[in-house]
Amino acid sequence: MMTTIMPEAILMAAEKYSANGAHPLTAMFGRDETASGVGYVIYCYFEFPETKTMDGFKVVFNPNGSLEYDSITHIVPAAAWYEREIKDMFGLVPKGHPDLRPLVLHESFPEDFYPLRKNVQVNAKVRGDRKFKVRTAKGEGLFEVPVGPIHAGIIEPGHFRFSQAGEAMLQLDAKLFFTHRGIEKAVEGKSPYEALPIVERICGACSIANTWSFCQAVEKICGISVPRRAEIIRTLLMELERIANHVGDLGNIPAGVGFNPAISLGGRLKEKVMRLCEEVAGNRFLRGMIIPGGVAMDVDEALSERIHEVVDDVADGVEDLSIMFAEQENFQNRVQTTGIIRSQTAIDLAMVGVGARASGYAHDSRSDFDYGVYSELNFKPYTKTMGDVAARLLVRIGELSASFEMVDALLDMLSVCGETELSVELNYTEGADWGISESARGSNFHYVALDKDGRIDRLFVRSASYPNWPALTVAVQGDIIPDFPLINKSFELCYACIDR
Amino acid sequence: MFKVLERIFKDKLATEQISLAGSDRYRGPIEGTAEASTLELCSNVCPVKAFAVNGDKYTIDYKKCIFCGRCVEACAQKAITEGQNPGLSHKHIDAMPYLIEAGQEALQDVLKEKLGRSLHVRHLDAGSCNACDFEMGATGNPYYDLARYGVHFVASPRHADLLMVTGVVTRNLEMALKMSYEAMPEPRLVMACGACAAGGETYGDTYAIVGAADQVVPVDLYVPGCPPRPSAMIVALLAAADMLKKRI
Repeated sequence: MMTTIMPEAILMAAEKYSANGAHPLTAMFGRDETASGVGYVIYCYFEFPETKTMDGFKVVFNPNGSLEYDSITHIVPAAAWYEREIKDMFGLVPKGHPDLRPLVLHESFPEDFYPLRKNVQVNAKVRGDRKFKVRTAKGEGLFEVPVGPIHAGIIEPGHFRFSQAGEAMLQLDAKLFFTHRGIEKAVEGKSPYEALPIVERICGACSIANTWSFCQAVEKICGISVPRRAEIIRTLLMELERIANHVGDLGNIPAGVGFNPAISLGGRLKEKVMRLCEEVAGNRFLRGMIIPGGVAMDVDEALSERIHEVVDDVADGVEDLSIMFAEQENFQNRVQTTGIIRSQTAIDLAMVGVGARASGYAHDSRSDFDYGVYSELNFKPYTKTMGDVAARLLVRIGELSASFEMVDALLDMLSVCGETELSVELNYTEGADWGISESARGSNFHYVALDKDGRIDRLFVRSASYPNWPALTVAVQGDIIPDFPLINKSFELCYACIDR
Repeated sequence: MFKVLERIFKDKLATEQISLAGSDRYRGPIEGTAEASTLELCSNVCPVKAFAVNGDKYTIDYKKCIFCGRCVEACAQKAITEGQNPGLSHKHIDAMPYLIEAGQEALQDVLKEKLGRSLHVRHLDAGSCNACDFEMGATGNPYYDLARYGVHFVASPRHADLLMVTGVVTRNLEMALKMSYEAMPEPRLVMACGACAAGGETYGDTYAIVGAADQVVPVDLYVPGCPPRPSAMIVALLAAADMLKKRI
């Protein structure tokens, strides 16, 4: 149960709940509850893995009183982005925050525009000119390299400003949120079923993670549990999505150094998985499978057989790829000791996913929480301690073999699962709850609040890339600029997921 | 080194003929007929306003369609409760690139005479969910090998004949799209790739969205799909190469 506190008590509460990083900050977001007479509210959720739960506090602001509060970033460094986002979206100002530049809304928006307040129309077309100053290092002999938002390759948009001392990157400032589409506002007033196609399209690579977290939250509000068969299929889909993404990354990371045989093999394997996904879901990104209350389609005997076949084939390829990486000394030379994230940094930033686990931080929602059928699969997080590009590559390979095994186990579970029911009917009721699932990039958190008509009052999406992006700017420091693509690819962070 | 060589010899040539056919569950264009009342239902469940009904006829705006299958689902559900025939269903092929008038005839020759041309493409993500971008990347994998048709992705709009826009144009990227278009040499083409760039309805209208790509720059070619599969993108790119040939 969330404790309600006044803005003055936020520092104490943050200290207590975070317990020096023992309980990572999962999410911090605002909500406009002025209509029910409460005011503006900031929610802070912390993870308590020892009890497999989340707990936290909410800070209530009187809309006619002061909208300032003490920034908790110096206690919980992971809060830095959340506080900036809350300022952009609700106009609640964190005093003492080290960097109060806009995060989400760029120059074409006016200064006092807070889109997630309820008095702003969803399609408000206001224009203005905010200021955004890119941060650079100054000094004799230093120079800047601006990159993006439109990049040279086929990737998503973001602006990077490197402050260089010769070849070495002294500092990187990233201006992101270019693909901000206002999704959290767009779904307000829709029923969860109506909102689903939009939630599914927050990010292409994390379709299953986003829909699963979203549906979990909705199902918790409605107080129902999904049929066992659906739970197994959902877990299976999640692992297929992870395989597609990780295999793609194994083909992508070598592209950062021009290691062509590996790029080619990785590309082949990824295509095989994508085609399998189409056979399963009718869409190469597994869209249309997870629905509130269960899943839309079954995985029958014939399909199970196909999944077995393709996964075995891909597993072979991954093994060969990992041997190729290990054998190639000049490749190892590039990936080892490149882009290091120390374990303490990972904990401070509450990093998730591959990024965290490659730095010795065993942060994995599949073992930290109880959802799907992971508890029956004896899942253990796979970690490495070096925190460099090589470690992130090895974590992916390790996780892939775990996923291949889990897929086999899940298909066995399906074949002995007598149940045929795939979904249950939902009656949307008023309430708020959260859902979590482990995407290929890390844990994906959704907070959903439904109003008395069962329509969405607030959706907050914290994808896995959100806590990991700030870590990228730390990882590059001191490395040379040609290593940036390599380091960037080793994190493989989504832009669409964080921008929303 | 050994493994690299072994794999090169072991792997057979993967490159395939481009085929628009998909697997049995693939949600492609809609076919079939249904009663007026059923169609009305289909139109109501469409999340992107692509399903238009006129009496017992219907049209689907494939620029907007996200191929979620809700119309087919609604139709099937009604059929079960009322004991009718299933009505609408999906074809299991890619929806063909929707071209403007000038492009229609070009498409006919696309697959016949495909070699010996060149097209330089600049990708621009104007606010996509990255599914289109991943599929665009997949066009270069050994199965599709886009480069065999003389189509190349280039690093700058100044080197490009075609701007391939994915995603609904966001406020934060509107300027970047305009500037990239302005930077291209003539003759230039713009392709709106996927339901967001082509139809702009995927997320509805919000404070952060400008709309479909043609709200900002002139568009020559629309590719349906959410996302379009690599095969559909390749057919569209070859059509673009033909269009470009006619403009030079």
